[in-house]
Amino acid sequence: MQQIVNFLIKHRNFLLFAFLLFLSLVFTIQSHSYHRSKFVNSANFLSGGIYGGLDDISEYFDLKIHNAQLVEENNRLRSRLYNLTDKKDQKLDTLAFNSLYRFTTAKVINNNYNLKDNFITLRGGSKKGIKQDLGVITSKGLVGIVDRVSSNYATVLSILNSNSQINAKLKKSNHFGILVWKGGDPNIVDLVDVQSKAPVALGDTIVTGGKSTIFPEGIGIGTINNFKLDPSENFYTIKIKLFNDMTNVGYVYVIENMNGDEIKTLEQQTVDEQ
Amino acid sequence: MSSSIFKNILRFVLLILLQVAIFNNINFLGYINPYPYILFILLFPVGDNRALLIFTSFLLGLTLDMFSNSGGMHAAASVTIAYLRPWILQSIFGIAYEYNAIKVAKADFGERLLYISILVFTHHLILFFAESFNFSDIIYILKKTLFSGIFSVLLCMLFITLFSLKRK
Repeated sequence: MQQIVNFLIKHRNFLLFAFLLFLSLVFTIQSHSYHRSKFVNSANFLSGGIYGGLDDISEYFDLKIHNAQLVEENNRLRSRLYNLTDKKDQKLDTLAFNSLYRFTTAKVINNNYNLKDNFITLRGGSKKGIKQDLGVITSKGLVGIVDRVSSNYATVLSILNSNSQINAKLKKSNHFGILVWKGGDPNIVDLVDVQSKAPVALGDTIVTGGKSTIFPEGIGIGTINNFKLDPSENFYTIKIKLFNDMTNVGYVYVIENMNGDEIKTLEQQTVDEQ
Repeated sequence: MSSSIFKNILRFVLLILLQVAIFNNINFLGYINPYPYILFILLFPVGDNRALLIFTSFLLGLTLDMFSNSGGMHAAASVTIAYLRPWILQSIFGIAYEYNAIKVAKADFGERLLYISILVFTHHLILFFAESFNFSDIIYILKKTLFSGIFSVLLCMLFITLFSLKRK
């Protein structure tokens, strides 16, 4: 017993080091898998508060760009509104308002794009109705999926994250693939597993696929920049240039699919019964 | 003694704030960021309170991890260089270390540069390895370590020179 105590005292620094290193490696490994970073994330009072304070200052530098984006979006929505051909189809049904998708706005207060697994921090959390696994977009296109939520802040798993896998398709046909990011240029993402029969051409638009309950179908992602067949010639790997400038994201919309839970429960039941 | 504790706590908070507010957003050439926050570990008073250094370094890294959503990468790198520091001090400063008479800010330029470089590059190598967690990215890891490391060493040297000038 005495010897054990002596050993512990003699090597206490090493043991402390080994224990702390082990702990940090556990956190690191957890952070490399989806939805696992339970303890260490920036959706908390301290880091959220500090990022919020910093953003209050730096917000002014981007006001011009954000204004221009809003005007552009207003312009596009207005032109769609006044150019609606089938006016009879429009019924003013206030009960059906917000029935399919509910949108919440939030402000980005911290944005990473130089790491391998990037996260965005939003001001706006469960108090504003933001929940885990909701989709996040801007007026231009896709941003990511909500990861962790506290009462006032939320973190978003950016599409620039190696754990992010989002269903996407070609706009002109329905051939779909999975959107992944392998690091490097923050404006380029990869679309993998696209059938070799798909009519792929440079400059074509890629949109979200609507196969998940997270995003509605047809949200813009980007245009085809480059593509090649894999060695077995079965699937395309397509390089996509994003519509969004991921290095400058200001205000975002968080989308909640109001039927999401219903669809998930139904799918779960179907799987369970098999 | 109490002024030394106060100074180190202040340094801890200031370095974290600087790192989060400024140095994490530099993104030079797209991916190069300096990490001068490890100045806290470099300048921690030399003595026999090694356990305290290891523990505070862990806290330092973990706080930064919380801000950058990076799990425990900074914590792992920081705690390792905190553990290795005594041997590096001993091998560089030799006899002066035995007598606890080292002031990093007052050491020779060459010795100081060597000491900072070894710790910075070790830290960055572990950090970027933990970030990618994949041996196949070894070129990317080494490239990032080299460029970010040079940047960090420059900033650390600069900070030390700046803040030691005042006291003369």
